[in-house]
Amino acid sequence: MRYEVVIGLEIHAELSTRSKAFCSCSTTFGAEPNTQCCPVCIGMPGVLPVMNKKALEYTIKAGLALNCNIAKYTKWDRKNYFYPDLPRACQISQYDMPVCQNGYLDIVVDDQVRRIGINRIHLEEDAGKLLHDPYMDHTLVDLNRSGVPLIEIVTEPDLRSAEEARIFLENLKTILQYIDVSDCKMQEGSLRCDVNVSVRPEGQEEFGERTEMKNLNSFRAVYRAIEYEASRQISILEEGGKVLRETRRWDDGVGRSFAMRTKEQAQDYRYFPESDLPPVEIEDEWIEKIRREIPELPAQRQKRYVEEYGLPEYDAGILTASIDLANYFEKCVEMYQNPKTVSNWLMGDFLRLVNERNIEIADVPVSPENLVNLLRLIDGKVISGPIAKTVFEEMFNTGKDPETIVEQKGLKQISDRDELVEIIKKVIEDNPKSVEDYRKGKKKAMGFLVGQTMKATKGRANPQLVNEILMEQLNK
Amino acid sequence: MTLNDIEYLAETAKFELTPEEKQYFARSIDEVLKFADKLAELNTEGVEPTIYLLGIKNVFREDTVQSSMDRDLLLKNASDVEAGCYRVPKVVE
Repeated sequence: MRYEVVIGLEIHAELSTRSKAFCSCSTTFGAEPNTQCCPVCIGMPGVLPVMNKKALEYTIKAGLALNCNIAKYTKWDRKNYFYPDLPRACQISQYDMPVCQNGYLDIVVDDQVRRIGINRIHLEEDAGKLLHDPYMDHTLVDLNRSGVPLIEIVTEPDLRSAEEARIFLENLKTILQYIDVSDCKMQEGSLRCDVNVSVRPEGQEEFGERTEMKNLNSFRAVYRAIEYEASRQISILEEGGKVLRETRRWDDGVGRSFAMRTKEQAQDYRYFPESDLPPVEIEDEWIEKIRREIPELPAQRQKRYVEEYGLPEYDAGILTASIDLANYFEKCVEMYQNPKTVSNWLMGDFLRLVNERNIEIADVPVSPENLVNLLRLIDGKVISGPIAKTVFEEMFNTGKDPETIVEQKGLKQISDRDELVEIIKKVIEDNPKSVEDYRKGKKKAMGFLVGQTMKATKGRANPQLVNEILMEQLNK
Repeated sequence: MTLNDIEYLAETAKFELTPEEKQYFARSIDEVLKFADKLAELNTEGVEPTIYLLGIKNVFREDTVQSSMDRDLLLKNASDVEAGCYRVPKVVE
């Protein structure tokens, strides 16, 4: 029998506000444990949380970018559970009146547009961090993260494969970065994902029983966990068994998920209204003001690159996958009229070095002006293409402008005919065997002689001229 | 309220109750519920649900950072401390 996989995602994204959701402690990542805490975010009795306006605005912004309805009236609730990372034993979250509802995100899978529903987005606070040492019989608690604002984005069960889920997450991450509400650094935990998976025989309308997997902190883990879970459920059904509704923990190291103990699963959060936070009325003008702050989103931008710059879809997709890269590209093409050349450089050596050095695009020391200057040096035949690659790498390492590097390293292309004739005459003299081969009809020998000329000029010879002169000299 | 209900509530709230306390809470919570049921007798047609008692809304702070609490002071309440952290019994994953 063929089965269909049904997937829903719950994504937590930490908002990039400076201060926490309900107090003025800093949200900076990586500080010494418990140095960004106060009585509010460590859950002391009698304190008064006050809503960070920016956090709410970011939530609205995310909702607008994901085509949601924004609530006219919203409130917060306490979600009760006991865990050492939650000092107050209740999390400020939203239950029945979330900020955003009923949105969607269109993604492209195998050239088909798929509309993935967004059930809701709500604003809540993050919990602290537990530090486990396998050799110790205790756990350490760092509450710096406690109270950092989070949005939880809940999709409809509209995804049908691990690949779709991965594409959705990539798209979502890019949008959140474009609208600048979250840095989405998975390695720092600012983007996390829970996955609900069920399977059903193809053609069946009713959903199968689902399991939830937590602890997924990379897109690759999401992909693998879905694949694993779907095949686990299918084998259970094939053997005539029943899938149990349960929470499972994905262990990325061993590539398996494990059922959590039933006791951990007993979930009765006993939500009740957060009496310390007054509700919020969101007026239309406020929503419209936030809507105007939303920049052109990746899908629109990709389309524009194809139409306006004549780039292939593929190029446009890569360039717009990061707002920093897209902005960099646009700065370049403002000054330089050949978008495809710029795109080739960015997708080639630029991204290669960014990935090799593992740095952010914003930290690349080559300015768009200098990249354009480099392209002009190639166009003006001041340097050859292969030399330009060397110059670019040097620019990337030192931040120097290309003219200086070309000057200092003597990399100027040799386009002086007389100078090249002298060099080539010497090459011919030094390689009588190849010359003889060539004259006997072995055309391959020509390539060798070009190579020798390039070697003699350290790659600086104008390749076109070299070909021309070699032909002349050999056919004399 | 059955004793089962009380035991479930106690479990989710992590309370340990003696048999006498269970009996007592079953009775007293019943009374509270009966009292609250009185509200159901009222005609609330056209009355907006009360979401917040104080009648205020839209209370915000700006997104500015202020200095946090001194860590030594912060951790004074902790029953056990190590490496600048609260130390708690091992949490089994």
